[in-house]
Amino acid sequence: MAISEVTVKDAELLAIDEINAAGGVLGKKIEPVIEDGASDWPTFAEKATKLIAQDRVATVFGGWTSASRKAMLPVFEKRKALLWYPVQYEGLESSPYIFYTGATTNQQIVPGLDYLKEKGKKKLFLVGSDYVFPRTANKIIKAYAAANGMQILGEEYTPLGHTEYSTLVNKVIEAKPDAVFNTLNGDSNVAFFKQLKSAGVTADQMPVMSVSVAEEEVKGIGVDNIAGQLVAWNYYQTTDTPENQKFVAAFKAKYGADKVTSDPMEAGYNAVYLWAEAVKKAGSTDVEAVKKAAAGVTLARPEGQVTIDGDNQHVYKTARIGVVQPDGQIKEVWNSGKPIKPDPYLKTYSWAGGLV
Amino acid sequence: MTAFQDSTVAAPAEPPARPVPAEPAPARWTRLRGPAVFTAVAVLMLVVAPLALEPFRLGLLAKYLCYAIVALGIGLTWGQGGMLTLGQGVFFGLGGYAMGMYLKLHDAGGDLPDFMVWSGVDHLPALWRPFGNPVFALAMVVVLPVAVALLLGVLVFRQRVRGAYFAILTQALAAALVILLVGQQGLTGGTNGLTNFFDFFGNDVAADGTQRGLYVLVAAVLGVLYLGARQLVRSRFGRLLLAIRDGEDRVRFLGYDPAAVKTVTFAISAGMAGIAGALFVPVVGIISPALLGVVPSLELVVGVAVGGRYALAGAVLGAVVMGYAKTYFSEELPEAWLYLQGALFILVMTLAPKGLTGLAVTLWRSVTRRRAAA
Repeated sequence: MAISEVTVKDAELLAIDEINAAGGVLGKKIEPVIEDGASDWPTFAEKATKLIAQDRVATVFGGWTSASRKAMLPVFEKRKALLWYPVQYEGLESSPYIFYTGATTNQQIVPGLDYLKEKGKKKLFLVGSDYVFPRTANKIIKAYAAANGMQILGEEYTPLGHTEYSTLVNKVIEAKPDAVFNTLNGDSNVAFFKQLKSAGVTADQMPVMSVSVAEEEVKGIGVDNIAGQLVAWNYYQTTDTPENQKFVAAFKAKYGADKVTSDPMEAGYNAVYLWAEAVKKAGSTDVEAVKKAAAGVTLARPEGQVTIDGDNQHVYKTARIGVVQPDGQIKEVWNSGKPIKPDPYLKTYSWAGGLV
Repeated sequence: MTAFQDSTVAAPAEPPARPVPAEPAPARWTRLRGPAVFTAVAVLMLVVAPLALEPFRLGLLAKYLCYAIVALGIGLTWGQGGMLTLGQGVFFGLGGYAMGMYLKLHDAGGDLPDFMVWSGVDHLPALWRPFGNPVFALAMVVVLPVAVALLLGVLVFRQRVRGAYFAILTQALAAALVILLVGQQGLTGGTNGLTNFFDFFGNDVAADGTQRGLYVLVAAVLGVLYLGARQLVRSRFGRLLLAIRDGEDRVRFLGYDPAAVKTVTFAISAGMAGIAGALFVPVVGIISPALLGVVPSLELVVGVAVGGRYALAGAVLGAVVMGYAKTYFSEELPEAWLYLQGALFILVMTLAPKGLTGLAVTLWRSVTRRRAAA
């Protein structure tokens, strides 16, 4: 497992411990079985099959990249088992056997664009890793830009894990955009932000809006390289709710005071609670019963109130734009005020008509 | 790395081990030993395994056997022919994508495949159209890899490119194909690859019965290809191939054309990898660039080295052992499995440079020698 994925697993284990300590679900303790997808999509499918067919688990929490989810989707649909996917993603999907506890595009990317528009950033440059999330996200961004009088000056993709960004940074600088929209994945962010900084570009001149950089990644990138830049999520370690204070304290108590919490971790942590709540409501761990009971389940979570949308099995989430602080934490500078209804196919957005 | 040396340079001091035909075997039971072992393994694989293993494990075994088919080809090119190919994933991928494209179109039933919809493609690309025909797609499973290998072979072997240069070239080809596939998301499914198949020639691909049938099919194909490869090795062509491995220039001076022999061998191994890729798709349910890049191609070669590259059976065994080790380690010790996999490779290579079969032959010989001496 890559570093980011391990932290989500840790958060999910914390939720399981807490639920077990409070008596478990339906009088039973939750027993975790851990499998490693090894960042390899076919392995994800293999391990998911093992969990369902051999270990006969009640439900599965996990997945990281969109490709890992796409590889597992047929496994869960054909075996009629449940997957809780904790990562923000590109939308345009709603499997009856997956619950999506991370943001879909209208809860992260669209608010991110709204924020840039509000700040008068009219010319954007798109930088992303070459896989389905950035490509689909950029398709949405281009449709949004066309409808909102914004201009896309360039769109560049680099292979996953790419770490040589001087050429790309030069291209970005030459294009002179008002802002960069960044959908790079994982370690590529480290190299990208370092080279951006060494090229002398500051967040004041040309802010970068990232949708895959959270507290955990800020540590890896080095706060000096990214302080002042924008990120779009639904949760930060600094989010001010009583549930979050408890979550952060419990996580640090279990895993160490130097640990940070992040959006995907919180979404994984929530997933376990949402499942447990649905099981309690259903009075059973039977997949169809849980699916039915899950609709409308509402909980106060670290990110605020979340509700499962019964139609598409996504979650109502509050969008939050943040700025990376010199201490590595992220300070919220804007939020949507209330949880946004998930709309994975962007049906309620007139400009997105041609996308699906 | 010794692997490069003794595959390209004739080793006069120690002739490369060829366990089966190396020694005259007059005794009848010795002559029957090969067929007996083959029959025993065939019964084990075709009768015992489907009955004894639960469907999930049987599916995994089918996957290892797909890799074993690729390994068989590597055993031919590398073990017998001395051409270290680090890019068999390319041919595996071509076969796999040909099959995947057909299954995708068949499932879509006249509509666009799912990934094209979310990638913003609005009409079926011309490249895809012929793959709707099962006969064409199945033919392409073999034709595409063979054609690519022939082309590459003609260009490369005529120029007398060999050894590490050939290895690097094949590896670069694997890397290039991955970049091509990932970059053309609308055409190829990008990093995701092709997945979510429903129907395999009228059978529900996820059903246990279909999977059991597929396992038997994979095992049977492997058996047939193994016998074919073994015949090839024993034929005049096989002798010539071996001679080229051990002294290419000498063979050329005798009036043969080593480039032609090498090209044909390389093409045969490519065809095998293509068939393996096509079988892999319904067995595992996905074909993606991650399965055919540099790392999986290397893993296959490592498997062959572990099993013993000088014997075709060693190549097959190695692929299955490495596949099983990967699953076992990743289930039992998820934190450490990559290290253990590497350790297994290093251990086998340092203690038994000719792989597990080489080790077995050495042990067998020392036992029989001792018995003869007594």
